[in-house]
Amino acid sequence: MNIHMTPQRTPTETALIDAFSDRLSLLPGDGTVMLKRDDAIEAIKSGLPTRRVESWHYTDLRRLLASIPDFDPAAAPKAIAPVVEGSAVLPVLNGVSSTKLPDIEGIAVQRLSEKLEDGSAAPGLDLYGADDAIGALNTAFVVDGYFVDIADGAELDKPIELQNLQAGGQTHVRLSVRAGAGAKAVIVERQAGEGAAMVSSVSQLLLDEGAEVTWLIVQEQPDTATHLAQFKAHLGKDAKLTLFVMNAGGKLVRQEVVVRTTGEGADFTLRGINLLAGDTHTDVTMVLDHAVPHTASTEVIRNVVTGRARGVFQGRINVHQYAQKTNAKMACNTLLLSDDGEFSTKPELEIFADDVVCGHGATVTEIDHSHLFYLMARGIDEKSARGLLVKAFVAEVIEELDDEAIVEALETRLDGWFAAHG
Amino acid sequence: MLEIRNLHARIVDDGTEIIRGLDLTVKAGEVAAIMGPNGSGKSTLSYILAGREDYEVTEGDILYNGQSILEMDPAERATSGIFLAFQYPMEIPGVATMEFLKVAMNEQRKARGEEPLKIPEFLKRVKDAAALLDMDMAMLKRPLNVGFSGGEKKRAEILQMKLLEPKLCVLDETDSGLDIDALKIVSEGVNALRAPDRAIVIITHYQRLLQYIVPDSVHVLYRGQVVKSGDKSLALDLEANGYAGVIGQAA
Repeated sequence: MNIHMTPQRTPTETALIDAFSDRLSLLPGDGTVMLKRDDAIEAIKSGLPTRRVESWHYTDLRRLLASIPDFDPAAAPKAIAPVVEGSAVLPVLNGVSSTKLPDIEGIAVQRLSEKLEDGSAAPGLDLYGADDAIGALNTAFVVDGYFVDIADGAELDKPIELQNLQAGGQTHVRLSVRAGAGAKAVIVERQAGEGAAMVSSVSQLLLDEGAEVTWLIVQEQPDTATHLAQFKAHLGKDAKLTLFVMNAGGKLVRQEVVVRTTGEGADFTLRGINLLAGDTHTDVTMVLDHAVPHTASTEVIRNVVTGRARGVFQGRINVHQYAQKTNAKMACNTLLLSDDGEFSTKPELEIFADDVVCGHGATVTEIDHSHLFYLMARGIDEKSARGLLVKAFVAEVIEELDDEAIVEALETRLDGWFAAHG
Repeated sequence: MLEIRNLHARIVDDGTEIIRGLDLTVKAGEVAAIMGPNGSGKSTLSYILAGREDYEVTEGDILYNGQSILEMDPAERATSGIFLAFQYPMEIPGVATMEFLKVAMNEQRKARGEEPLKIPEFLKRVKDAAALLDMDMAMLKRPLNVGFSGGEKKRAEILQMKLLEPKLCVLDETDSGLDIDALKIVSEGVNALRAPDRAIVIITHYQRLLQYIVPDSVHVLYRGQVVKSGDKSLALDLEANGYAGVIGQAA
């Protein structure tokens, strides 16, 4: 993936290449799938991305991924209660899906290992660019996950929670969903576990005409875990996607969001909150392509940085020449609560159409002292008042989701984080 | 109840002295009005009483029930019974008004060694107070002061004051931005709080509010000092003749 000479391999690169040979017999896939795996490991052989690769500038993966855990077949994470009560849970434990598939009207669930075996998952394994290291890692090693097909016109009355849980070791999982024409669904992608796991997780979502999906990524890995994730979506005509990303854990986290509007009238909303503490590194990188006319997107990212945490948001919006009447707005706001924390924001707009409304903004602030004074003047002690204000800063984004059960569930996660880090 | 002695205070940022040797005594049960032209230090005085960090006391003291409050932070002052109704209440997005009221009431109860309010009792108190001030409960479901009109914000301040039951109430320009009907409702709300063990300090530019909340004493503030004190007739005199006469005598 780099044109320059690749320096000597790092222990991590060597471990990955060796693991691929060792695990080859365990990796499901027909001929097409195995060829894609070969391409993927070739990409890894040419080196993990460094800060010299533009899209990895703030997250030097080669340096940050100094070591990786071995695969651990004995790791046995336990299923956990879903974020939203009453959700249908599809667990992936230590990288393996469940043999017991739920019977829910309007959806068909398949284990991804089967789709790798029969080759029907092959088209989704393609990398999206030369710098797609997470895609390469996942394509090379993915064993399992789910494929969920939501029937045309189906309106799910309760959320589906895709749980990806680890207990140390290495797992590579793929979660794939098609929302049929006019279908409506809420999907929770839960990323959690214990121990020092390394996870690659790729989610794929296809929205057919008029489909409406709210997808919530709730990432609460322990601060010993490495979490490399990718969310890819295609929005068809008049499709509507609200993606909510909450990063509240992990030692090294990269969440990529790759979205393409492929049908007129498509509408994409990204809301993200990054709660960063300790000595951690969290990167949210979005690439959004407005590929057809009359599509809209808004992105709001709110970050709370404490301790020695480092955060990154890269938001790239490509408005293709043909994509007239695009309406795109992006904002990234950071509350920096410690002297040692840092946050890097890189908004990029590439606009080739001439009749569009696009804008972006970024702010980095501290707690507003007049707000703090107001709360304290009502008898709320400084620590509680600060807590209220920090929570308010991110809660605002959650409240926009406008669904009481979801808002309440996410605020519970938020309270949990503040209780542990406040 | 409140005794301010030779108070000098300046803005921390640029060192500008705003309060220059201010003396003022307000007894329990008293309603004191502080009047004065723009820039005389009225709002600054209210912020200093509440403990805003932007101001620094360089000389003198503020005694509340005989104890100096200068070393107390705003929360400690509030839990000890001091309340400031802000001239410009802050809009705080993301903080739900009801949640805020509950936290504030319970923090103050905690400081007094009382149990937190049970939810039904809390709701009842808020409803009763809102009804007295002719406030819609729907408004209280919104984030704190966000999207409230000027008048609604002032009512929300008085609502908080009623719920927190302070001993020393400082009202900073509570009449500004109120139409005559709202002024009456807010005044009734304040009058209902008059009590032998409570002092109320009303900071105002105009005599108008004092027609509804009749003060026991009136003090004219000019260039950071009280230059004249009197009874309610002083306010009428100021209304008729302006500040010039009083200020002239002082200068």
